[in-house]
Amino acid sequence: MECVFGLVGDGFALIAADTSAVHSILVHKSNEDKIMILDSHKLLGASGEGGDRVQFTEYIQKNVHLYQFRNGIPLTTAAAANFTRGELAIALRKNPYFVNILLAGYDKDIGPSLYHIDYIATLHKIEKGAFGYGSYFSLSMMDRHYHSRMSLEEAIDLADKCIMEIRSRLVVAPPNFVIKIVDKDGAREYAWRESIKDAGVATA
Amino acid sequence: MSRRYDSRTTIFSPEGRLYQVEYAMEAIGNAGSAIGILATDGVVLVGEKKVTSKLLQTSKSTEKMYKIDDHLACAVAGIMSDANILINTARVQAQRYTFSYQEPMPVEQLVQSLCDTKQGYTQFGGLRPFGVSFLFAGWDKNFGFQLYMSDPSGNYGGWKAAAIGANNQAAQSMLKQDYKEDITREEAVALALKVLSKTMDSTSLTAEKLELAEIFLLPSGDVKYQVCLPEALSKLLVKSGVTQPTPESS
Repeated sequence: MECVFGLVGDGFALIAADTSAVHSILVHKSNEDKIMILDSHKLLGASGEGGDRVQFTEYIQKNVHLYQFRNGIPLTTAAAANFTRGELAIALRKNPYFVNILLAGYDKDIGPSLYHIDYIATLHKIEKGAFGYGSYFSLSMMDRHYHSRMSLEEAIDLADKCIMEIRSRLVVAPPNFVIKIVDKDGAREYAWRESIKDAGVATA
Repeated sequence: MSRRYDSRTTIFSPEGRLYQVEYAMEAIGNAGSAIGILATDGVVLVGEKKVTSKLLQTSKSTEKMYKIDDHLACAVAGIMSDANILINTARVQAQRYTFSYQEPMPVEQLVQSLCDTKQGYTQFGGLRPFGVSFLFAGWDKNFGFQLYMSDPSGNYGGWKAAAIGANNQAAQSMLKQDYKEDITREEAVALALKVLSKTMDSTSLTAEKLELAEIFLLPSGDVKYQVCLPEALSKLLVKSGVTQPTPESS
């Protein structure tokens, strides 16, 4: 029941993800951060099988960092997305990773961009996208309210609408979400939307 | 001289030298020269052809200039068969990068990658080094037009103007005198032809003895690698004062 969705606005890109770590009927924790900061100007929101998600996204992150150390320049968002897709494609017919990914980035020359990469290595460059059961609701909300070059306030409002919809309509809806954005000033956490707070648990 | 350390590529001599690498550079010093010049609007590569015979099919084979990728080309000096292996390796490396990242490989990364390959042959495996020096010319969106020179040791450097092959030291010092920072592609071609004509052994320079290639940007923004045709090259040689125009026959 993991939900990840994202969209591209005016000079920024946004990714929101639920923060429950679930195993069968048990919620391990409800403040698990599933949106990785890939490098200074890239976000990687991932959903899927627990071990695979962390293993694969960390592998991508370290390779992106290695490229920068070796070559002195960062990867473009498109290059990082294609590299990620390539790794999923290679593993697909050996030992596939069950991870769905939304990759958002900001490049100085082309602005913000968002890439939708599913677990069988399909890559699409998109303006708005979503994964998981929550996508039934968030995609519909975004189809209704999204327009290109939304301001940050409009985009956050739309994200909140999607979260509200997921919470009210999905049978085992995740209670908490995190929203991160990336723009010319970099990738950073924007806000949490918590309806249940873990008592006295240190954040990861 | 410590001749007993010559035959093994992978060990140092007592003076701290790698003789096989140095001998490889000697081999290149006997090969046809090549000059590269970095201009504001492109890169120019000129090469001296050693094999000139009327029987040679010039339209089907280039001796000095090779395209590695759409945005990258190189000029070669040294043992041609060695060069072919390395050029193929470079082409594979460039395509492998594009396969992973869906973008053209940055020029310096390709040069570095090829030089890493060359370095391997000076350290392990017991095989001799490649007897080739390269001048790489290319364009990428990070650093624009670039010129790199690499040698059999696997060292490389970025240059504004460089020469490899026979008489490269004389050519290099001439380039040092006459190169100016904001040189245009047209001026660079003239300079390269002038320097080559002065350092080449042969008495007269004709279009059959030369190869000229340029890397520049088209108005569309795409990178173009262009090899000069012989007729155009003859005209350029006359224009830059290197050869006299053929007299009108009465």
